[in-house]
Amino acid sequence: MAAPEIQPGAEVIRTEALTKVYPGNIRAVDELDLSVRQGEIYGLLGPNGAGKTTTAGMLTTRVIPTSGRALVGGIDVVAHPVAAKQVIGVVPQTNTLDRSLSVYENLYFHGRFFGMNARTAKAEATMRLDQFRLADRATQPVAALSGGMAQRLMVARAIMHRPTTIFLDEPTAGLDPQSRLALWEVLGELHREGQTILLTTHYMEEADQLCDRLAIIDHGRLLALGTPEELKASTGADTIVTVQAVADELDRLAEVLGREVPGVQQATRVDHSVVLQVRGADRVVPQVFAAAERVDVDITDVSVAEPSLETVFINLTGKDLRE
Amino acid sequence: MSAVPVETAAPIIPRRSPAAATRVAFNALLLRDAVVLRKTLREFIPRTLLQPFLLVFVFTYVFPKIGQGVGGASGESQFSTILVAGVVALAIMFQGIQTVALPMVQEFGYTREIEDRVLAPLPIWLVAVQKAVWGALASLLSALLVFPIAAVVPATPVHLTIDWPVLLTLTPLCCYMCGALGLFFGTRFEPRTVPMLFGIIVIPITFLGAIYYPWQSLEPIRWLQILVLANPLVYMCEGFRAALTDSPHMSLWVVYPVLVGFSALFTWQGIKGFTRRVVS
Repeated sequence: MAAPEIQPGAEVIRTEALTKVYPGNIRAVDELDLSVRQGEIYGLLGPNGAGKTTTAGMLTTRVIPTSGRALVGGIDVVAHPVAAKQVIGVVPQTNTLDRSLSVYENLYFHGRFFGMNARTAKAEATMRLDQFRLADRATQPVAALSGGMAQRLMVARAIMHRPTTIFLDEPTAGLDPQSRLALWEVLGELHREGQTILLTTHYMEEADQLCDRLAIIDHGRLLALGTPEELKASTGADTIVTVQAVADELDRLAEVLGREVPGVQQATRVDHSVVLQVRGADRVVPQVFAAAERVDVDITDVSVAEPSLETVFINLTGKDLRE
Repeated sequence: MSAVPVETAAPIIPRRSPAAATRVAFNALLLRDAVVLRKTLREFIPRTLLQPFLLVFVFTYVFPKIGQGVGGASGESQFSTILVAGVVALAIMFQGIQTVALPMVQEFGYTREIEDRVLAPLPIWLVAVQKAVWGALASLLSALLVFPIAAVVPATPVHLTIDWPVLLTLTPLCCYMCGALGLFFGTRFEPRTVPMLFGIIVIPITFLGAIYYPWQSLEPIRWLQILVLANPLVYMCEGFRAALTDSPHMSLWVVYPVLVGFSALFTWQGIKGFTRRVVS
């Protein structure tokens, strides 16, 4: 049972002006155009409530679009949901493993639902348990699995019927750091095998580490699209300086630092700090202290970092990703 | 933004036609339910048998033995015969609700397991119907388990006159209707409100379901006789009375159409409730 043949680089997911309006005129997704290519890990990055899960829901037949089109492998998922469901694999945000079945049976029956005969389903389930290092848990009830193991089992289940694309909705939310790394490793392996993966996340590290391309989304709209490197380069800055000071002085501090520190392209107040995007400046930290001292503001903390996707997001929206 | 021209892939042809995928997935879902039942047989059997056994034991064994006959002037033996139909119908209805509604309330409410079932390659309305069909099969199994009890336990003889054509058509119809009823309840109740399902709905259905008496005998209480016509269990009990005994019963010309009507209503409402809860 080979996966359906598609040329590398060809488009496998396409949305055209995809829109979802919930009752109360809440535009969760607003005229979204996406194009995902064969073999890439494509990330939808945005804060909670940005419309990522709704977008994934529409592509996986669980949310009916208000307007626009959604195609997976050229199949219109709204018009032909049964055909579409055969070519997608889904790892939802919550644990939807079958509590009445063992670890092995969860995979076995998934195979049966997707048309494998008993022998094939048995062989495939056994193979996946080995691949995902769950073989020693085969006969246990799924309730006995840790969060990380349950998540691995859900990924194994999602790919078992060899879907064209797998969708992961916030795959590492709620996982401990070690399980998160383990899952990234699993997804990396699938990526090397040529699996197309669409994931939603609000962790910029995850987006940065894993994704070939990213769509940054907020309020259901596409704000930027590109590789993580392209997006970071688009800020134009090479250094990000985060300055903390007394709360009621922050606006004034942002204005002063933006004006007086050499090389500052942009000074933005974000929550309880001022974020400076700096390009080509030496010894920027002493300059920050000097400028603050001149206007009599006490700085409590300064940190220096490279531009991140967080920077990109702040540039686009004026707020950070952590809600 | 990337501006590399992207070639549009030729549409992927799924491995199976929607009809074939649907058939296979539907059967596999039934198989899954059967495996779960096999694993929980030790709970299923006592759960199925205890209530009918106690019912038959108290009314048709204990009461006659202690001289506190039930059944009025018509006699205890006739009461045992009347009760057979009621006990079988009751077992079917309980099983339908327990097999379908209770797990479904859990799956919608706490575990969200249903979300994965909905991604199996078949139309969502058929995922709902599959549950009703499974409920029907489990109900059939419980009817087979309970029937011997109702026929053997009573201290007074039970006079069975089996009308096979009626029995063989009525049983599947009743079983399906109860599976569909379970589906309907399963989509309308939440874990918090399940006690109400039993306290407010199932108890009146069973007490006023013509289990212990033929519907016609309610004649002296005319308002009650009319009121209980809204209760699907009445038609089941009356139908089984026709199928299993010589006792007086409601006309089958009423029983069949009403059971078909209830089945359609519960299926329709069940699919509607199910779809509303899994698709937004």
